Amino acid sequence: MNNLFILLLLPLVSALVLAFVKSSSSAKWAALGLSVLQLVLTVPFLCQFVPDASIQFEQSYDWIPRLGIKFHIGLDGISLPLVLLTNGLIPLIILSTFGKTLKGNFYALVSFMQAGLLLVFVALDAFSFYVGWEVALIPIYFICALWGEGDRIRVNLKFFIYTFFGSLLMLVAILYLYQQTATKDFEWSSFAALDLHDSTQRWIFWAFFIAFAVKIPIFPFHTWQPDTYTNAPTAGTMLLAGIMLKMGTFGLVRWLIPIAPLGVAAYGQMALILCIIGVVYASLIAFKQQDTKRLIAYSSIAHVGLIGAGIFAWNQEGLQGALMQMVNHGISVIGLFFVLDIIAQRTGTRTLKELGGLAERMPKLAIFFLIIIMGAVGLPLTNGFIGEFLLLKGVYGVGLLYAVFGGLTLIFGAVYMLRLFQRTMLGTGSKSNNAVTDIKGHEIVVLFIVAVVVLYLGVFPNGLLHLSEASVTQLLEQVKF
Amino acid sequence: MAAIITLSLLGILVLYLGLFKAKSALLPVTLIGLLVALGCELALWGGDAKPIYSGMVVFDNFALAFSILCIVTTGLILLLSKAYFSSISNNVAEYYCLILFSLTGALMVSAYHNFAMLFIGIEVMSVALYILVGIRKTDFGSNEAALKYFLMGAFSTGFLLFGITLLYGATGTFDITGVREYLIANPQQISPYFYGGVLLLLIGLCFKVGAAPFHFWTPDVYEGAPILITSYMSTVVKVASFAGFLRLFGYVFVPLHDFWPPVLLIVIIITLFIGNITAMMQASFKRMLAYSSISHAGYMLFAIVALGATSTSSIFTYAIAYSLSSVAAFAGLILVKRAKGSDQFVAFNGLGKTNPFLAFVITVAMLSLAGIPLTAGFIGKFMMFNTVMQDYHIVLLLLAVVNAAIGVFYYLRVVVHMYFKTAEDEGGAIVLPLSFKVVLATTVALTLLIGLYPDCIIGLL
Repeated sequence: MNNLFILLLLPLVSALVLAFVKSSSSAKWAALGLSVLQLVLTVPFLCQFVPDASIQFEQSYDWIPRLGIKFHIGLDGISLPLVLLTNGLIPLIILSTFGKTLKGNFYALVSFMQAGLLLVFVALDAFSFYVGWEVALIPIYFICALWGEGDRIRVNLKFFIYTFFGSLLMLVAILYLYQQTATKDFEWSSFAALDLHDSTQRWIFWAFFIAFAVKIPIFPFHTWQPDTYTNAPTAGTMLLAGIMLKMGTFGLVRWLIPIAPLGVAAYGQMALILCIIGVVYASLIAFKQQDTKRLIAYSSIAHVGLIGAGIFAWNQEGLQGALMQMVNHGISVIGLFFVLDIIAQRTGTRTLKELGGLAERMPKLAIFFLIIIMGAVGLPLTNGFIGEFLLLKGVYGVGLLYAVFGGLTLIFGAVYMLRLFQRTMLGTGSKSNNAVTDIKGHEIVVLFIVAVVVLYLGVFPNGLLHLSEASVTQLLEQVKF
Repeated sequence: MAAIITLSLLGILVLYLGLFKAKSALLPVTLIGLLVALGCELALWGGDAKPIYSGMVVFDNFALAFSILCIVTTGLILLLSKAYFSSISNNVAEYYCLILFSLTGALMVSAYHNFAMLFIGIEVMSVALYILVGIRKTDFGSNEAALKYFLMGAFSTGFLLFGITLLYGATGTFDITGVREYLIANPQQISPYFYGGVLLLLIGLCFKVGAAPFHFWTPDVYEGAPILITSYMSTVVKVASFAGFLRLFGYVFVPLHDFWPPVLLIVIIITLFIGNITAMMQASFKRMLAYSSISHAGYMLFAIVALGATSTSSIFTYAIAYSLSSVAAFAGLILVKRAKGSDQFVAFNGLGKTNPFLAFVITVAMLSLAGIPLTAGFIGKFMMFNTVMQDYHIVLLLLAVVNAAIGVFYYLRVVVHMYFKTAEDEGGAIVLPLSFKVVLATTVALTLLIGLYPDCIIGLL
């Protein structure tokens, strides 16, 4: 069982089936079952993957032969971790919704989105990539706007138009590159082999960069993010922050930099500086947040800023750190959002001022919360440490000053994360705490899995690093600037 | 030619059916007639096409493809008409007959090989429509629309005719191949009359397809006309006009490509911005569709100005995608209007809950019009952009991209109303008659099918 196509097809089939399930409880279990099946189907890929630089499990079908469009998919050391992340997180996200009453259509949208995400990660043809990129956007728009809260309609429309505009720019660049290829096709390899003029590569850089920067989001393209994250239902926020933003960082590594190295040579430093500005800026805003969900939204901008900086540093440590941290951030952020959702459900508030002393009432939650926070802060023996260490080492390779400012994320992160923990779990409790009960059932399962992964990757990061090492080395040799 | 004859005879037959009060036979007979016409067109497919009837018409694959699209779209629209026409008028036969005559004109416009035929085709197509738009005799809006459409239509026909005359004066022939040969033979000393003729033809055709700044009739006429007639105008008439446009500028005037593309470019840019920005501000779904049809005309003109090898197939793909989505959207509008009595966006509130199937179909139609992947509309836009890119009009493409992003704003608006807002008063429940179910299911299935596997369409032309 190592047919990559089936891995893309199953979520689509699941979505089709789930769309017609009316009862909430059967929809939940069916969705969980199907997503676990998807995860199980992913395992053979991990087992049979040979950690060298080659593209494996490749499949290519003619899609629109008259335009040279192929449905070309495959896995390498860069995409495999993200495929694992996607298929690993979706069951957790589905499990985290077990406390809510949601019909089949919600889970159908989640599955549909999974198909789009996977296509983005495995596509080796720019057309397929673009289709996956857009297909992932539709379901998350509906998830956030249908089950969201507050000013959800306006906020999500902004999110949609922002990202859609970005991706249309990318489409323009893709079409241009297509016209340039000698073989008139959309293959990744043909695009990467193009030898374009300096000035051309510069605008290609911008077309791709804006598309990816909006998705990630990199400062100053981040303005949609805090509102969208805050107003989305928790499962939607998890999808957005846990998986979807990795589409952007992955796009930088897979498409932008190999296609427009000269563009990166011209503007890469500027992009790196924007990423670092994002780190500092978002951290400073996170300090002042009273809304817990918004706080994590800003912390997410800071974290991915560092990932972006690591990618634009374009060296072994930076890239490997970025890949590692993409996975880590996905896991941690899901844990964080879930904890905050549990707290908000039990106490009825997300405002820090009104919270406090919850550890007394919820000791189990406090333990898991602490572990996840440690991971997010980057304490040694948690997953975040390895990733951030590598990232900073990579950024240091470009310039000391960048590393210093990038390194602020560790300090700032510790400040706002520990403040979050302190204000919610410690201190004197408010009256409303009396009725609060500790976590149970599916909540324990989700948080336990997250905590175990956080610790496991902190102690044994080598498995993950080993997967991507050869691919990263080869990519660095191929693309120099 | 058999199809044009069939349809003309069918129109007269339908009139007689109306005379003898055979109301229930009208729709079946019309549909069977359309099928026969479709069969006639299909039989000619792929044959060697020579101009026939003294070079008046030519049934090449280009003409056949657009004719088939027009016939199929008309069939779908007529399927929606079952209870519709009888609800607004007693003389139902008139509708069928006039639509059939108009369709005959549309077929002529897609197959003309002589300027006289182009003129006759456009007139046959339009005159029937002047009546159809104003057919609700007691309705003020319908009358206003008919008068506006008639005045504007007559005006634009004047331009067209004057343009043809000037071309004749310069070249001495009405035959389009003859005109083209004149251009190739005299690259240096083209008569100034010729240039004037080209510009006047351009203006006349821009009137017909509703491109800015000649679009002012579109919103009012689309709004005032009965919904089914609006859907017919915005699909069949538009598609046929584009076929005519493309044959003229993509074949006859190609040797003159230094002259007219800049003019057309300005028209396109104005059309896109006016269409999209005005569509954003509409509170009525019907009016929004009218303005969006203006902006779609802008996108389709792109392919004409690009003059690439793929122009024809991209316009054709785009026209299919656009027609399918428009029919679905108008079908939804008819149902909603019937139940709620309003064509404002608010009438769509809560549709996602009360009628998930209809809401899903409208959503797919909107996503297709907006050009989101996995729908036919995306393939259409993709090919259109690709055709433009072949000429490296990158700035033009960037303007198109900005407009596509604006488009999402108003297309999603109806989706927002359907899914994210709840209806205040329930109004009448929406019942889907079988014919509507068939049309909606067909359009949505074809939209998704072409979105997933467009090769079957792209390969045709």
